[in-house]
Amino acid sequence: MRDAFIHELNLAAACDKDIHLITGDLGFGVLTQYEKDFPNQYTNAGVAEQNMTGLAAGLAMNGFKVFTYSIGNFSTLRCLEQIRNDICYHDLNVTIVSVGGGFSYGGLGFSHHATEDFSILRSLPGLSVYAPSCIWEAKELTKNLLGKLGPKYLRLDKSGMLSTRMDGETFSFEKVRDVSSGNLGIGSSADILLVASGGILEEALIAAENLREKRLKVRVLSVHSLKPFDVDGFLKRAENSKGVFSIEENVVEGGLGSLLSESLLESGVRPKFFKRFGIHSDSHTSVVGDQKYLRSQHRLLGEQITKSILDIMGVNRIHEKLAVLPVFEART
Amino acid sequence: MKSEELAKKIRLHVLEMTSRAGSSHIGSAFSITDLLAVLYQDVLKVDAQEPDSPKRDRFILSKGHAGAALYATLAELGFFDRKLLETYYQNGSVLSGHVSHKNVAGVEFSTGSLGHGLPVATGLAYSAKLRGQAFRSFCLLSDGECDEGSNWEAILFAAHHRLSNLVAIVDYNKIQSLKSIEQTLGLEPFRQKWESFGWSVKEVDGHDHRALQEVLCRLPFESEKPNCLIAHTIKGKGVSFMENQVLWHYRTARGSEYDAAKVELL
Repeated sequence: MRDAFIHELNLAAACDKDIHLITGDLGFGVLTQYEKDFPNQYTNAGVAEQNMTGLAAGLAMNGFKVFTYSIGNFSTLRCLEQIRNDICYHDLNVTIVSVGGGFSYGGLGFSHHATEDFSILRSLPGLSVYAPSCIWEAKELTKNLLGKLGPKYLRLDKSGMLSTRMDGETFSFEKVRDVSSGNLGIGSSADILLVASGGILEEALIAAENLREKRLKVRVLSVHSLKPFDVDGFLKRAENSKGVFSIEENVVEGGLGSLLSESLLESGVRPKFFKRFGIHSDSHTSVVGDQKYLRSQHRLLGEQITKSILDIMGVNRIHEKLAVLPVFEART
Repeated sequence: MKSEELAKKIRLHVLEMTSRAGSSHIGSAFSITDLLAVLYQDVLKVDAQEPDSPKRDRFILSKGHAGAALYATLAELGFFDRKLLETYYQNGSVLSGHVSHKNVAGVEFSTGSLGHGLPVATGLAYSAKLRGQAFRSFCLLSDGECDEGSNWEAILFAAHHRLSNLVAIVDYNKIQSLKSIEQTLGLEPFRQKWESFGWSVKEVDGHDHRALQEVLCRLPFESEKPNCLIAHTIKGKGVSFMENQVLWHYRTARGSEYDAAKVELL
């Protein structure tokens, strides 16, 4: 994802001298070519994220299209008030980029787990929030962000598939993307709606396959834009689903799951089953492990999600009782 | 209008505005009144008729709590109607207690949380350098504000990039929110700190208009270095019973205090 972002930025910077990338002294090997090609459109602000963000505001006030770049929480939480006051209140054209969303840098320890950014940044007035789920989405998103004014946040992830593009699909910016391989039409009913943001979509797709093996009709959505959120696109699918489940590598408080539950409650759509798959924890993760391992600790692997959904929907119990696979009836 | 005359008008406005509003920070506003008067009258290339001119000098009041003084200055210079000052701090007004730029001509940047102005002013100076533009970027900070680490990040950056078009002015009245600087978090040796970070530093009496004009008309102080002007000031300057008193960081002049202050300022 990171490389796809930089690749697109490289292409755009060649034609637009107003593009300026500021790094907080991170991006070893990744930003090298960009720096070489566009030395006047690149600044290393040093390990000083508050100043990096203030500088970005100053540059944007003079017409630059600025990207701030760092990993984990450094470009976001470390300088949160600069994002709020300097960038958002002044409605400046700055894109804040964080590489290593969620547990991407799992083994580096809790300081490098970016697991609250959805919740915190989603609450900032004027800030758009994006999280691509695959390299194709990262590329398409970057292209679109280059053409969009105002404050933006882009969470990039180390995980994520090459592409979740469906046959013949053209990228719809800021719309939910239906990535169900079962080819369910928008209006058709499903037993289960899985909704994911970011690279963890890969777990949702694994869960979807497992659930389909149980003869359940499963639809999967990728939400690459948490804000603005395509409420209608989501609700259209949710209202035909028995169970709605959010999947995110973020704390459940305030993230994608909260966003979905807010949308459902406010619209009156009431799926029979609803659960937020995310980080439910009273403390930050101290156990060491890579992204997959840490997902497993939080029961976020595709297989774990599958089991949990089957439990919630009572499918396993029915199996035991009837010894046959149930097929949920479509809601009329 | 001479800067002394402008300063007198600013102080009277500030007294009026803060008393009507029941708001704080009159001492902080009086501390920077002479600095603002000289900057806007004699130094900054800004034009009330063309407040958004790309060629204008940029000025950021980083100590946003002294916003009343900036609003009064801008009104006196014709950026907006003086009558707007009567709405300061009132319900429905655009003039908030800390400086806000929204719908207020002439305010470059909104502040209020300390330590934000200098990084942004540094970004502006840096952007001018990248674009080959001639405007200068000024930032007025409080001394207590220099406790904020974000300033020192910007101070490092500005020197590294040789931003001689950047001017930081510190309102060094030696009193912060609760007590003196010395009793809170000492800044001395202050000049040497800036110098050791690679800035060119001058010190001045922040209430001596002629001295301010002289020093600020000779920018940059040195080539290839950002400029720091340490302005020695008196908190509450202009009203004897407010001068050098922490109390007047917060207190509002009412009744006899208001009358006595007005007599001294007229």
